[in-house]
Amino acid sequence: MRWRHAALIVRTAILASLIVLLELGCRAGFIDSLTVIPPSEMIASMVDQIRSGELNASIATTFSTIFIAFLLAVGLGTIIGALIHRWPRLRDVADPLLASYYSVPTFIFYPLLVALLGLGKAPLVVLGILSAAPAVVISTLSGLDGVAPVLMKLSRVHRLTPAQTLSWIVLPAALPHLFTGFKLALSYALIGVIAGEFILSGTGLGYAISFAYQSFENRTMYGAMLFVLLVAVTANGILYVWEGRLARRRSRG
Amino acid sequence: MNELSLENEQATIAVRRRFRAFDAIVLTLVMLALWQAIGSWTQGVAVSPPLLTLVYLFGLLRTWMFWDHAAATLAAFCLAFMLSALIGLALGLIFGVRRFAGEVAEPILAGFYTIPKVTLYPVVLLLFGLGMSAKVAFGVMHGLVPVTLFTLGAVRNLPPVLVRTARVLRLSPGRTMRWVLVPACLPDIVNGLRISFSLSLLGVLIGEMFSSQRGLGFLLVNGMAQNNVPLSTAIVTVIVAIAIAANTLMLRAGRRFARQPDAAVR
Repeated sequence: MRWRHAALIVRTAILASLIVLLELGCRAGFIDSLTVIPPSEMIASMVDQIRSGELNASIATTFSTIFIAFLLAVGLGTIIGALIHRWPRLRDVADPLLASYYSVPTFIFYPLLVALLGLGKAPLVVLGILSAAPAVVISTLSGLDGVAPVLMKLSRVHRLTPAQTLSWIVLPAALPHLFTGFKLALSYALIGVIAGEFILSGTGLGYAISFAYQSFENRTMYGAMLFVLLVAVTANGILYVWEGRLARRRSRG
Repeated sequence: MNELSLENEQATIAVRRRFRAFDAIVLTLVMLALWQAIGSWTQGVAVSPPLLTLVYLFGLLRTWMFWDHAAATLAAFCLAFMLSALIGLALGLIFGVRRFAGEVAEPILAGFYTIPKVTLYPVVLLLFGLGMSAKVAFGVMHGLVPVTLFTLGAVRNLPPVLVRTARVLRLSPGRTMRWVLVPACLPDIVNGLRISFSLSLLGVLIGEMFSSQRGLGFLLVNGMAQNNVPLSTAIVTVIVAIAIAANTLMLRAGRRFARQPDAAVR
């Protein structure tokens, strides 16, 4: 425990000193201000943009898109996972697909999706689902596989209805795996949606960054970028801590 | 009796294999049907149907222009993947052996892995300029972390008895690495390399899609911009085929390595 603490301190120190070095390098002129601006400037720019409300529209668009994609991915992924688990033959067919799914850069479908669904929210939502849902399917499968047969026997002994079995036996037993899937789904949906906006879209945070880059507004670009990264890191961090807590509570029994 | 059971076993394996081949065919047919359905549903506005795409692809393969773009992507990808693999292996081994350094580095790497790195692409472009080096750097940014984390995990979870044996035999650090660490970690390393392979490909392609004048990613976006549907569909087909083939090969290699060192340890 103490060791972990020390590691945390060293880690924070390293990251902090990197930021300070960057700041000093920029201020002293070692790093061209056309390339990287000092971190303090990035923070100031981010605060300015949030205060002035410039980013409000982009924030609303991006996060609503991510949220819709995430919800649909979780819903569809769980249902598909449960179906595949139910029919072993279906699983034999789907297994190779799942094994190589993430080797295909889902991204390359985005231009096709834009042509299919037009510029707007729809192709981004589909892209988010395409990148997030398979993770949910895979973790649903491993969660359902992990339910001990003795628990299923127990539910039969108690003559539970399928709904009761699901809510009292299957879900609690499979929850840690499901949670891992949801966590991955959120970060994949976030990456998919923002990347899609970045490459080919007219709205959202990704677009704001690429627009600022293309019009050489470095300060705006770094501010928006910092905001996106902070949100991503915070969201993933919260889920990481939550997951750890779930796992600990489970191991306590 | 024994022979009979062995024969039985071989028969079941053969049956299972036949089933697997059958499943693969079914899966391919389902995907093709889906592709055809989308193609005819949209009347070729967004996706061209499979047959047409294949015909177009064969025409494309005969043009010099396609190979020029493919060579650009291949060069950037190979460089990015090799750099990710070498740096990742080195970092993973160091962080795996030096536990404290690993404890410090792992959350940073894992955090970096989950952030949307696309947003950082402008910074990469500003640092490296437009062109090959930016694509390579972006590919490495995507591909580096999986190799490092998988190698780190493999080294850390190494059975202590292996390390002690190496010490008893007084192997030099280099030999320990060559004869003990690498063989024991190989299955995990191959897994990490497999993920790095697809991620550095993703990085290079995104780089080309965003701002580049060469490469398959550029060709794909360009095909869409010019409303050349068969072109973009053909490019997507090529990339998907390459990605799946490479992934399958590495998956098999990983499984084979996972069986062998185990036998060697025993």
